[in-house]
Amino acid sequence: MKGTNLGEFEEVVLLTIASLMDEAYSVNIVDEIEKVTGRATKLGVVHAVLRRLEDKGYISSDLGEPTRERGGRRKRFFKISHAGKVSLLKAREQRDQLWSTIPDVVFEGLI
Amino acid sequence: MKRPGTPPKWLDRLLSWYCRPELLEDLQGDLHEYYHRNLHRGRFRANIIYLLDVIKFFRPYTIRKHKALQNLNPFFMLGSYFKTSVRSLARNKVFSAINIVGLAISMSVGILMITYLSELFSFDRFHQNGNRIYRVLTTYKGITNDEPIDLASTSIFIGKRLQQDYTGIERLTILRRNFTADLKEGERIISGEGLWASENFFDVFDFELVSGNPATVLRDPKSIVITESLAKKLFKDEQPVGRTIALMGQERYGFQSGMITGVVKDPPANSHMEFDMLGSLSTLDHYAAGQEEETFMTQYSSVWMNYVYLLLPENQRVDVVQKHLDQIAAEEGEKYDRFFITYALQNLQEIVPGRDLSNQIGPTVQWKMIYLLVGLTLIVILSACFNYTNLSIARSLRRAKEVGIRKVIGAGRGHIFTQFVFEAVMVAMIALSLAYGLFLLLKPEFIHLFFQNQVVTLDFQWIYLLYFVIFAFIIGLAAGILPSIFLSGLRALRVLKDPSGMKLFGGMSLRRMLIVFQFTLSIGFIIAATISYQQYQFAVNFDLGFETENILNVRLQGNDAEVLRSEFLKIPEVEGISMSGMLPATGEVWGDDAKYNDPLDSVSIHVNYVNKDYLELHQFEFLAGGTFPYDLKKDEDPRFTIINERLMRRFGMEDPHKALGEVLTVDRSKNVQIVGVVKDFQHQRISEGHEPFAFLQGYEDYHLLNLKVASDDMVELMSKLEAVWKEVDRVHPFQAEFYEDKIQKAYTQFQTYFKVIGFLAFLAISIAALGLLGMAIFTTETRMKEISIRKVLGATEQHLIYILSRGFVMMLLAASLIAVPVTYLLFEHLVLNDLANRVVIGPVELLSGVVVIFSVSMLTIGWQTTRAARTNPADMLRDE
Repeated sequence: MKGTNLGEFEEVVLLTIASLMDEAYSVNIVDEIEKVTGRATKLGVVHAVLRRLEDKGYISSDLGEPTRERGGRRKRFFKISHAGKVSLLKAREQRDQLWSTIPDVVFEGLI
Repeated sequence: MKRPGTPPKWLDRLLSWYCRPELLEDLQGDLHEYYHRNLHRGRFRANIIYLLDVIKFFRPYTIRKHKALQNLNPFFMLGSYFKTSVRSLARNKVFSAINIVGLAISMSVGILMITYLSELFSFDRFHQNGNRIYRVLTTYKGITNDEPIDLASTSIFIGKRLQQDYTGIERLTILRRNFTADLKEGERIISGEGLWASENFFDVFDFELVSGNPATVLRDPKSIVITESLAKKLFKDEQPVGRTIALMGQERYGFQSGMITGVVKDPPANSHMEFDMLGSLSTLDHYAAGQEEETFMTQYSSVWMNYVYLLLPENQRVDVVQKHLDQIAAEEGEKYDRFFITYALQNLQEIVPGRDLSNQIGPTVQWKMIYLLVGLTLIVILSACFNYTNLSIARSLRRAKEVGIRKVIGAGRGHIFTQFVFEAVMVAMIALSLAYGLFLLLKPEFIHLFFQNQVVTLDFQWIYLLYFVIFAFIIGLAAGILPSIFLSGLRALRVLKDPSGMKLFGGMSLRRMLIVFQFTLSIGFIIAATISYQQYQFAVNFDLGFETENILNVRLQGNDAEVLRSEFLKIPEVEGISMSGMLPATGEVWGDDAKYNDPLDSVSIHVNYVNKDYLELHQFEFLAGGTFPYDLKKDEDPRFTIINERLMRRFGMEDPHKALGEVLTVDRSKNVQIVGVVKDFQHQRISEGHEPFAFLQGYEDYHLLNLKVASDDMVELMSKLEAVWKEVDRVHPFQAEFYEDKIQKAYTQFQTYFKVIGFLAFLAISIAALGLLGMAIFTTETRMKEISIRKVLGATEQHLIYILSRGFVMMLLAASLIAVPVTYLLFEHLVLNDLANRVVIGPVELLSGVVVIFSVSMLTIGWQTTRAARTNPADMLRDE
């Protein structure tokens, strides 16, 4: 398996999946990311990232119910796996650790 | 909204065409959802966006692997197949060895055949215009002949006539056999054999002149072109062209000295004509012009010694010339009533291998012989393929699981098929390398065995490598196709669920059939070899009607018979000497015509020219009269004759005593008086019967001295004789041969038959025995538990051996029942049928094959079954 490090966008997608809980499928994820980060996101990009995350074993997927606006096709729902959760925690830990080493003076006046 | 907008169908189709099936559904769903959202911006825009999306998703990970690529799967799998094949071969060492050795044995013969055939088909290909060169063939039928004779030779008449008419030909050359002479240069005397050739020889053929002008070298009378090797022997390093050289042997044409006008490269081994030298045909023209009588140069019926080769113009059809020949034959035929002559044309490249023709200019090989050899080789090879098929199917249980798993993983029937064919081809390739080694090892033996009368080199050429590989590939395919079909047809589920319950299709009966076939073949071969051997022995020991024991025949080679006779007689071990022209019963035949009272009744007779002592020395049995009253002087014409019974009866005489004193006319005009009648004796090969025969006298026609010798030390005697010879003739090597050896040589055909068939029999037996061994091992292995239980329950060893061998014995019996009658009928009605004297096929010959095969098989099976029967049952059963 490729490197276990999470890329920035991967982390965003993974976090989004975690936050959406049972409603995490591609279109929803794109909408959510747009809503939270405010940046325009393309389905193609998200799709590729989802596949990569699945390859890495951070998420798993199931097919759900078909809907009419999808032309009768089923949605693929993603769920964060244990490994995914661990890697998210690890990423957060690394950041917290880095934050904690920054002297307060650096951000003085900003916060 | 009654009808929700949907994106264009063709875009959906495009997407589902390229997208992997497992990604398609949700991806397409996503796109549809977006499409839906975009509909409010207008249907057109939504379509555009959808189109862009479909195109944008054309990414490496979404593209489905194309079908064509899937079909290439076996190709990518070769590495894996190779690995499994090697492992499987290594796991079953015994079976792999049996397969490979069996295939290698038969393939070495295959390699021999390929090499030999390639060599044969390369004959005369070095002539660039070969496809346009034709030889004129003659069919001659005398009115006393029953069958017309097909000849490779023709008359000089027809050659000159064609040249003169010049219808549909570009160039033409005439050749004549028997330009044999001793060339003398200073002290050196070298014998050369060659052809008379007309001046266009080098225009028609591509024999390469090293020096001399091809247009003129053979133009003038008494010109000689010699080969490089002869030039080297005669002149060492000196320049031969332009020299005058003395000739001995062609004096009758006034050719005592000639001019060397050119040197030609030695004719290659794959030329149908071989020569050391060429004499200009114009020499003979010169001679014929000085003769009063008509000679062979102009005689229409002189069709025995000459050859005419035509070069046709490009795009010229043969039938133009053929029609012209037919026309000449019809025209000329009217003038003669004693014989019929017709002509045919034969392409240069169809001479070797070619039709069955008499009077060939050099050795050739008949198609019949090739078919026979190839057929027998194929049978042996097929037999070895059967081994592979048999063992593979028998062992397929062990591979069944592998097949099952491969199928579960996704291999199709085609994949499995390819895998097993690949494995078979691999085995064949391994066998090929072994076979080539074997072939190299046996090459001298092969040449000796099969081709003693032919020029065969069997040298390697690179192109053969390709042939060999193709050959091995075909063998692999043939051997592997049945097991592959069988194994690829296995059902994954059944194999994996309950392998023991799997039925080996009709495999049992197929395998039995293959084994029976192999043994039928082996038995047939052995019987055939035995009969051929018996016939050979029969021929060699046949009672000819005269004595040949201890008679040593010395070739005179142009020396004076009387001189040599008196010299040889000085040696005490030589008991008597006679002189003769030829040796009866060795395949040599001299013919003549004889007439009695009726001048129109001409009889074809066989003759031999002998002196007075000949008949007594060879102990011929006289019915009446006796030998010649005295020997002739050198220039005397024959005045007496001794005839055989058959000739006597042919002329209507019943009482031998009354035949004495009657006068026959022989050799056109010579009157000879009958002084003796001998009992019919075998004067031809024993395959032929008795013909009318006459002994004549004629000093010039004696070519041999027949020495009756008695000595305990033949080597010593031979050196004495040779010493005497050397005093008389310093040029020619002493040539002497015992009569019996000469007779044996006359039957080399039979000898070759039984050697070749015997060899094939040996191969067939080895292969069949190998196969049987494999099957025996397999059977005992699979029945080991059964045997152990039987043993525990009290079965004796003998009983176990009986149980295990029973099946094989039945198969052997079946094979014998097929092979014996078939071989018997084949020999009785096809092979021996035409022979005048032949061995009677008895039970010994017929049973020989059965006995050999039974003993070999019993050894093979017995070894395995005994081993199995003696195994301690506890070892086998304690794991249960």
